[in-house]
Amino acid sequence: MTELNAAMVERYRSNFLKEVEANVEEGEWVKMCMQCGVCAGSCPLGNAWEHTPQKIFMMVRAGEREAVLNSDAMWMCTSCYNCIARCPRGLPITHIMHGLAHYAKRMGLAPKEQPTAKFAQLFWDNLVKKGRVNELKLGISLYFMNGFSEGIKTSLKMKDIGLGMLKTKRMSPMEMLGGHGVKDSAGFQKMLKKAQELEDKRISGSTD
Amino acid sequence: MTEIVATNETILVVGGGISGMTAALEAAETGKQVILVEKRAYVGGRISQLYKYFPKLCFPTCGLEINQRRSKMNPNLTILTMAEVTDISGEAGAYTASIKISPRYVNENCTGCGDCAKAVELEVSDDFNYGMNTHKAAYLPHKMAHPQRYVLDPAIIGTDDAEKAKAACKYNAVDLDMQEENIELKAGAVVWATGWQPYDANKIQPYGYDRMANVITNVEFERMMDPTGPTGGKLLRPSDGKEAKDVAFIQCAGSRDKNHLLHCSRICCMASLKQSTYVTEAWGDDASSTIYYIDIRAIDRFEDFYKKVQADENVKFIKSKVASIVENKENGNPTLHGVDTEGYHRYATEHELVVLAVGMQPSVDKDAFPIDITINEEGFIEPSSENGGVFAAGSASDALDVNRAVQHATGAALRAVQVVNRVARAEG
Ligand SMILES: Cc1cc2nc3c(=O)[nH]c(=O)nc-3n(C[C@H](O)[C@H](O)[C@H](O)COP(=O)(O)OP(=O)(O)OC[C@H]3O[C@@H](n4cnc5c(N)ncnc54)[C@H](O)[C@@H]3O)c2cc1C
Ligand code: SF4
Ligand code: SF4
Repeated sequence: MTELNAAMVERYRSNFLKEVEANVEEGEWVKMCMQCGVCAGSCPLGNAWEHTPQKIFMMVRAGEREAVLNSDAMWMCTSCYNCIARCPRGLPITHIMHGLAHYAKRMGLAPKEQPTAKFAQLFWDNLVKKGRVNELKLGISLYFMNGFSEGIKTSLKMKDIGLGMLKTKRMSPMEMLGGHGVKDSAGFQKMLKKAQELEDKRISGSTD
Repeated sequence: MTEIVATNETILVVGGGISGMTAALEAAETGKQVILVEKRAYVGGRISQLYKYFPKLCFPTCGLEINQRRSKMNPNLTILTMAEVTDISGEAGAYTASIKISPRYVNENCTGCGDCAKAVELEVSDDFNYGMNTHKAAYLPHKMAHPQRYVLDPAIIGTDDAEKAKAACKYNAVDLDMQEENIELKAGAVVWATGWQPYDANKIQPYGYDRMANVITNVEFERMMDPTGPTGGKLLRPSDGKEAKDVAFIQCAGSRDKNHLLHCSRICCMASLKQSTYVTEAWGDDASSTIYYIDIRAIDRFEDFYKKVQADENVKFIKSKVASIVENKENGNPTLHGVDTEGYHRYATEHELVVLAVGMQPSVDKDAFPIDITINEEGFIEPSSENGGVFAAGSASDALDVNRAVQHATGAALRAVQVVNRVARAEG
């Protein structure tokens, strides 16, 4: 268990709903759910999930902390916004799902081998280097996400698309040598550091 | 010209549904002069379009008949039909109302024989049956209509059909020269009883009311059961006229929803429970009703009714707000998609007919009231001292069943009587 996770368990004891309300983006909405089921039935990926949003919200209220934060459900959300559009109570469901995913990650409880979680990490690592997403490197790291040999296989499969993109100038091979970035790189890194500090202060076991 | 005597001691009732009728009769029976203004060609309002009443499952026509007899016997009550209030000015004890009376083209000589209807050829949409069928452009709005007098649809005025209607009438009742009239009336107090309208099901996009013939509304379902209704009292589905034995009801269709009506319409749970008894009444043990609900709100003593329906083996309950409906193109069955809250099971279930339990919305638009009055977020009239001598009655004030609407209307009548009593004392 990470230190932060241990601190949170200690602080909120069995009241997971309170923990979610205080720390998860849009978490204060969870109690407004009336369990009608419209979001669950409206999700285009619904049958591919372990738990639907409706069920996740009930689990939060039932204090099923581990089961929620370990779940892959939040990571499956594609942000189609069907549920938000239909929820009769106006819950920002998509945002809560992402908020929960983020919080699970902070607590070190996100599922390790979940592909979208892995990709999110790749995306982040790529972005923070230069302040711009390097699509060539991101694409390649995505292909090699599950090991070297599978990476080669995927690269070969995608070869024609890649060449097409090069031809139409949708991708530049020069990106491989560093690539473009924001002008004020030092400023960008400072900003990230500050944001991290603020975030750590917000979610931390030691304050208030 | 319509000759009406009205003074500051007169009570004006706007809307002649069960609430307006009740308020008008209660006030008139205390000896007050009452004028009832009704937009439709007949009084009774929406209850006249119901097949049976919950919880007793008696026919609304019975109560209507009693009210009609009371009103015929009472000389203090004047009823204006096809009339609308367009403006009200003044204050408690001294109002002036402007009223527009549309031409009926049929006068008091009408005996209700129906010869004009036989003569006319044009068919127009039958509003009484929510447009599920058409009727002749000379028509009696419904069998029990009060007054029992035919109406000519304005569409035939100036055509041969109008002349045919006139020629067919043996009683000289068809009067093609009738014009719209605008009159002014005085009143000391106003009872506002304009009632409700069903929420527009077309706005609930995922339920496809506009796309699927076999998705209908609860008000239409009531009309189907009426022996004189569009299907002759049979539960037949609109797409192919097949007997509808497997019927699904979807609760809160447009109610308790921030995208539609915010409020719980209160009566639609009971209406669907009642309508499930229609399905059983029609098909016996071949009947199958499935009620999809968030929670069943059978308030107060209605709980007993709920229990009785639960005991019917032909009625199933599924705790789930249906997410969407897709049509099975092969057999016309609507397929309901959703997740069952009790166990979180995903379903895709076909039914022969789907009834949307649409809610009650105020019939008068928030911004269309002819007088300044306190209106809440949902468009219902709130009690307030700022309303002066204007009192809401029945479902213009909230989503109410008949019993509660009538109680509320009686209270409104009492308040109106108090105002005109004050006027009478002041005038000595
Ligand atoms: C599907 C369904 C089933 C129902 N079944 C039952 C049941 O079984 N038992 C029960 O107790 N309740 C039932 N209800 C509720 C019942 O219909 C209402 O309680 C009742 O109609 C309320 O009567 P009202 O007079 O307040 O309104 P309304 O019946 O709407 O009457 C209002 C009248 O005012 C008139 N009007 C409107 N605007 C104007 C204007 N500007 N000027 C003049 N006149 C105007 C209208 O034409 C109408 O005649 C049901 C409702 C639904 C939706
Ligand atoms: S649609 Fe909204 S109210 Fe209904 S279960 Fe989902 S989150 Fe809850
Ligand atoms: S009465 Fe029932 S169906 Fe109607 S809005 Fe309320 S809960 Fe929904």
